[in-house]
Amino acid sequence: MPIEIYLNVAASGLLTGLVYGLMALGLSVIFGVVRVVNFAHGEMMTLAMYLTLVLFSALKLDPLVLLVPIAAVMFAFGYLLQLGLINPFINRPEHSQFMLLVALALILVNVQLIVFGPDAQGIRTAYSFDSFQLGPLIVDASKVYAAGAALVVAAALFAFFRFTLLGKAIRACADNYDGALVVGLNVKRLYALTFGIGAACVGAAGAMLMAVIDVTPEIGPAYTLLAFVIVITGGLGSMPGALLGGLLIGLTEALGGVLFTPSAKSMFAFGLLVLVLLFRPQGILGKKASG
Amino acid sequence: MKRLVEGVPRRGLAILGALLALLLVFPMLASGYLLAIGFLILYFAYVGQAWNIMMGFAGQLSLGHSLYVGLGAYAAAALYFHFGLSPWLGLGASIGISAAAGAVIGFLAFRFGVAGVYFAILTIAFAEFARIGFDHFAWVHGSSGLFLPVANYAENDLWNLRGSPTMFYYLMLGLTAGAFVLCHALLRSRMGYYWLAIRESPEAAQALGVNVFRYKMYAVMISAAMTSLAGVVFAFYYNNLFPEQIFHISRSIELILGPIIGGVGTLVGPLVGALLLTGLSAGLHEVMLQLGIDVPGIRQVFYGICLLLVVMFLPDGVWPPLAKKLGLRR
Amino acid sequence: MTQRINRRRFNQALAAAGAATAFHPFGIVRAQGARLKVGVLLPRSGVQAGIGQDCHRVVQITGGLLSELGLPGLDIMNGDTESNVDVARSRAERLISEGAQLLVGAFDSGQTTAIAQVAEQRGIPLVINIAAAPPITEQGYKFVFRNFATAPMILGDAFANQLEVFSLTGVAPKTAVFMHVNDTFGVAMQKGFTGVMSKFTMPYKVAQTIAYDPAARDLSVEVAKARASGAEALIMVSRLNDAILITRELVKQRWSPTAVLSMGPGWYEDQYLKTLGKLGDGPISFVPWYDPNKKLAKQLEAAHAKAFPGINLNTNHIYTFEALLVAADAYKRAGSADPKALADAIRATDIKDNVSTGPGIQFNAKGQNDKLKNSAIQNRGGKLVVVAPKGASNAKPELPMKAYDKR
Repeated sequence: MPIEIYLNVAASGLLTGLVYGLMALGLSVIFGVVRVVNFAHGEMMTLAMYLTLVLFSALKLDPLVLLVPIAAVMFAFGYLLQLGLINPFINRPEHSQFMLLVALALILVNVQLIVFGPDAQGIRTAYSFDSFQLGPLIVDASKVYAAGAALVVAAALFAFFRFTLLGKAIRACADNYDGALVVGLNVKRLYALTFGIGAACVGAAGAMLMAVIDVTPEIGPAYTLLAFVIVITGGLGSMPGALLGGLLIGLTEALGGVLFTPSAKSMFAFGLLVLVLLFRPQGILGKKASG
Repeated sequence: MKRLVEGVPRRGLAILGALLALLLVFPMLASGYLLAIGFLILYFAYVGQAWNIMMGFAGQLSLGHSLYVGLGAYAAAALYFHFGLSPWLGLGASIGISAAAGAVIGFLAFRFGVAGVYFAILTIAFAEFARIGFDHFAWVHGSSGLFLPVANYAENDLWNLRGSPTMFYYLMLGLTAGAFVLCHALLRSRMGYYWLAIRESPEAAQALGVNVFRYKMYAVMISAAMTSLAGVVFAFYYNNLFPEQIFHISRSIELILGPIIGGVGTLVGPLVGALLLTGLSAGLHEVMLQLGIDVPGIRQVFYGICLLLVVMFLPDGVWPPLAKKLGLRR
Repeated sequence: MTQRINRRRFNQALAAAGAATAFHPFGIVRAQGARLKVGVLLPRSGVQAGIGQDCHRVVQITGGLLSELGLPGLDIMNGDTESNVDVARSRAERLISEGAQLLVGAFDSGQTTAIAQVAEQRGIPLVINIAAAPPITEQGYKFVFRNFATAPMILGDAFANQLEVFSLTGVAPKTAVFMHVNDTFGVAMQKGFTGVMSKFTMPYKVAQTIAYDPAARDLSVEVAKARASGAEALIMVSRLNDAILITRELVKQRWSPTAVLSMGPGWYEDQYLKTLGKLGDGPISFVPWYDPNKKLAKQLEAAHAKAFPGINLNTNHIYTFEALLVAADAYKRAGSADPKALADAIRATDIKDNVSTGPGIQFNAKGQNDKLKNSAIQNRGGKLVVVAPKGASNAKPELPMKAYDKR
């Protein structure tokens, strides 16, 4: 097969991977700080996608522009969810957390089914079918824009956690829970804030994905799994790690699909995951857990 | 036998006896529909019990248990389909393959220190591996599905597991009762105490000389082997297998709802959980039917809300508070 | 409008433990004029909800059409299989205990098999509306009937219709790439492909076969691979979402095949046409369809258009309607709702004035309608036209497909 095919496929995989990375970023933030296993992550993204759909039909604005209000709405959703429902579960065993979020996911999926119906629905923007040609490479325009937006959002998040007081406080909670309490941080509020930020990431990713794919109520679980694979591969609690994980997984699946049979391409992502879990459980860019 | 009932409160034995009697005569009183529901309750009770060994006794959260169901189902079904081998013989292969898969996962996880959520994700990865792998496995017809030749329903052929729903009901009842007794025996055995120690504090157990690795492996392998038998029954009850459905993560989730709602780590928890959840599901269907509500998806919404309420207000499951009310302690 | 269940009946099982349980819940002969209770099982929630709910649309308008034809009324009892085999089985049992005298369903081959076993054990006829896995009618069931093409039948007619299309348009691709979804239907089609193709002299050779994951979120790799094969035509077996994704990729990767020949769902569906607009024109689908020249088909089309404006009549509607038609017709001829009489009546079905393509509805000894014919439809101007077979068509096919960047 000519080399262009591999280059094209790799480029496409990397771009898609960036958007997946943003989605996984939300999960990394939530799990890294609040230590709750958000098994409703994909369903939250589906919710964001439906919101984007509704706003698009009402306002006719580009999904990449809509990502700002969507992120805001999802922030509120995440904040309230954490305060209202999830907070008592932080110190409960994993299977309890799991139950809670599985029940939530079930409710979300079926409410979406009832309200929006089962048919796939999508957004058609002016550039839905555009592609750029750079020499031998043909690159999907929507993916480029979405990937660009993902980088911007990720950079903003990174700056928030690095440079703002609030961001540092959240990181303190993650690194040392008891220490944070001792120092007088309002941990409960910070957790809610973090969950909100994670949800906002997922919301932004959802809005971006609407420019690329269609939404049905059932696509959530696959994305939850994908988010976990990416976060673990890239490294829990590491934001560049989530993006790197996304890039890696996107690339692995793409190349795996082109070299072998595409119907088995997910196996490569899982294979990578198993290897990471065994040999470098903290992930590629993660720090070793401090217990 | 005496050792098994020694120490169990008389009340508990009486309740169990009554329950068993009721379950034995159930098919004679039940319609085809209730029999189908009864089978499902027993199936989920059994498979929940098997999962509970890994989770409740050895503390490992497995979210990929559908792997063992699927392996067990495909092994026995393929042997029957290709060689006409009776499932009673075929189940040897089912148990062997599932236990081996469990051993591999256990070995990788425990040797490399993969625990908690990471272990759970590892189990999901293996189940997904199997799903995609079997989709491409031509000997069992991959994603086009393995259809077992269906025989005449007028006779019950127990040897080949061909027969009426009643036969399957009793088969499942036997398995569930057997699992219950086995778990009870295991809990009281030395291994059961080691498991308790490992669950409470692995370091302390290790310090006392308990070979933590070995006993965790036993838990995983026993759990896997027991689960595979459920797969065998599933295959012969439904007579068709699709990798996409039997290895699917939704099946893994489905089978752990019972023990979590009922009470992880308790002996009776999975039974109570299966009864409640299957009953809840059927009950919701009935309510919708009687009210004439025909909105697809609404039953699942109410089901989810019920799950939410139970997990919020009964953090240890339904059985512990119920047991207290009944004056029992298990 | 929803149909209410108007009476509850519980039947007490009398089987002794371990013994045979084949029994009939009702040996009652109903007076002519009373309605037949039909349990309709469809996946209206869960992953297959889209198709189940689509099938359900036609269930709501069948009553009126059947009475126009002078056929007895049906009491429809709806059951949602939730795309899950456990639920499918228990819902089937529930409907039977509620008094269903005949079952219709259930689209998914796995769920349909579970329901078929219940039907066979309880002695209640099951008329399968849609399910393409061949084994279902190879099990020796006496109460199961399928009025839908199996994968090999769809393949055979696809090749025959393709030859017709090629000769009518004067365009015949020399190479093709075959892409299929790796699920029950896709694999069944792929398995039979080479065997059935060898019975025809097709002008093209298949350069490559590509299978893709049904859960795929992104098909750019698959389309890239297909394009790299250098083939002229794209042969597809996909589902709705994939069809849209693939077409988008075709446009973005700047590949316009000479022809897109689909042998499954997706490329003709409303969502496809609506989402892609003029980029959706051109593909030809070789699928079970209706004969636009048949009287009943026109009636159904009109009723459907009135009840659901903007939704095209498609395979889901046609075959679900025909299943109910078979039920009503058999009931009229049997004169009673006794399940055995119904089953015998269904076996003797001979409806020439039906909706789907072919000589009509008849069942062979295995309960399969092996006389069904499949059609070729093409997307044109945002609508669908039937281009083959001759006699059951209403337009001429157009090939080669207009390049995407010239639209």
